[in-house]
Amino acid sequence: MDPEIPVLSVMDMGVVRDVIHSDEGWKVTITPTYSGCPAMQTIESDILECLNAKLDEPVTVETVLRPAWTTDWMTDEGKARLREYGIAPPEDPTVDKRALMGETDAIACPNCGSKNTQMVSEFGSTACKSLFKCNDCLEPFDYFKCLR
Amino acid sequence: MTQQEAIFEYILRMGDNSLILGHRLSEWCGHGPILEQDIALTNIALDLIGQSRNYLTAAGNVEGKGRSEDDLAFFRIERDFKNVLLVEQPNGDWGVTLARQFLFDHFHYLVLQDLRNSSHEELRDIAEKSIKEVTYHVRYSSDWMKRLGDGTEESHRRVQQGIDDLWRYTGEMFEMDEVDAMLVEAGIAPDLSLLKEKWHENVSAVLKEATIDVPEEQFMQTGGKKGIHTEHLGYLLAEMQHLPRTYPDAKW
Repeated sequence: MDPEIPVLSVMDMGVVRDVIHSDEGWKVTITPTYSGCPAMQTIESDILECLNAKLDEPVTVETVLRPAWTTDWMTDEGKARLREYGIAPPEDPTVDKRALMGETDAIACPNCGSKNTQMVSEFGSTACKSLFKCNDCLEPFDYFKCLR
Repeated sequence: MTQQEAIFEYILRMGDNSLILGHRLSEWCGHGPILEQDIALTNIALDLIGQSRNYLTAAGNVEGKGRSEDDLAFFRIERDFKNVLLVEQPNGDWGVTLARQFLFDHFHYLVLQDLRNSSHEELRDIAEKSIKEVTYHVRYSSDWMKRLGDGTEESHRRVQQGIDDLWRYTGEMFEMDEVDAMLVEAGIAPDLSLLKEKWHENVSAVLKEATIDVPEEQFMQTGGKKGIHTEHLGYLLAEMQHLPRTYPDAKW
C-alpha cells in the first residue's frame, strides 16, 4: 500500500510498471510519482519484504524514470477510494488548472460534496497534493494534483 | 575536452542548480511566514532535491569513476560545484526568496522544454519528468510576484528590492561556453543564448502585471559554471556537507 495514503495500493497509483520473471528470478519495475517522493524507498522495501516472504526465487526492484509517471495512470477505483478517504482525486487538466488558478466551483469537497471550495495553497501535506478548504462545511482537504 | 567530459559537466550544472536551490529553500523549513507557505517551499525543495538526485546519479554514471550521488553532493568542494550564482544567493526575506525562485523557475522551465528533445537518453528522461513539477513551480512563484508586487507598500518594496538585487545574476544562466557549444552541436543540450529573449519576455510580462519595474540592462556577474562562486557557497556547503564529512563512514 502507498505509505502516505493507506487506501491506495501501488498498483492503483500506477507506480508498479512491470513484473518480469526470468531465470534470475523476479524483477519488479517501479517509477516515482514525483522526483523527490520520499515514499519510494519505503515502497521498494515493502515490495521486497512482501515478495521475499511469498516467493522462493530472488526478487529485485528496479526504478525507472521513463515513461514519466502521470496521474492518468491512477485507476478509477483508486480515485473512488481517495475520495472516500477524504482526499479529492485528480481531475482532468482543464479543471485542475481552473482550480489551482483560484477559480471556485472546480473541485468538489470529498466530505460534503459541495463545489463551493477554494485553494489555500498549491502545495499541501505532500508534494503531490494541494491544500483546499470547503466554504460550505468549512473542512480543509487535500487535492491530489493532476500531473501530466 | 571529450564529449563524455562535456556531458558530465553539463549534467553537474543541472544537478547542482537543483541541489543548491533545494538546499536554500529547505533553510526556510520551520521559518515560513505561515504554515501553508512553509510547506510550499519545502515541497518545491523536495522536488528540486529529487531531480538533483536523478542528475547526480546520471553524472556519476557518465563520469565512470564510481562516484555516487552522495559522493558528488557531499564530498566536492566549492570549486567543483557548477551551479549558477543566482541559486546560491542567501534567502533574505520572503520577497528576495520568491524573486530568486521566480527568476530561476522561468529559466528552468525553458531549458527543460528543450532538454525533452535531447539526444542523450538519461537527460531527456529526467527533463521529461522534471518539467511536470517545474510547471507548478513557475506558476507558484509567478503568482507570488503578483501578490507581493501588487500588494501592500511594504510587500512591493521588498520584492522590488529582491528583483533589483538579483538581476545581476540572471545573465549567467544564458551564457554559452565550450561545454554548451559542444553539446548543442551533438543535439544534446539547448542553445541557451536563444532562450534569453523568451525568458525576458515571460518574466517582464509577469513583473508588469505585478507592477514591479524590470531592471535595466546591466553588468552581469558570472563564474558559477566554472566553479568560481560568490562567498556564500562556502558557508552553504559547510552546513550541507557537515554531517557526512564529520562521519564519512556513517550509514542509515
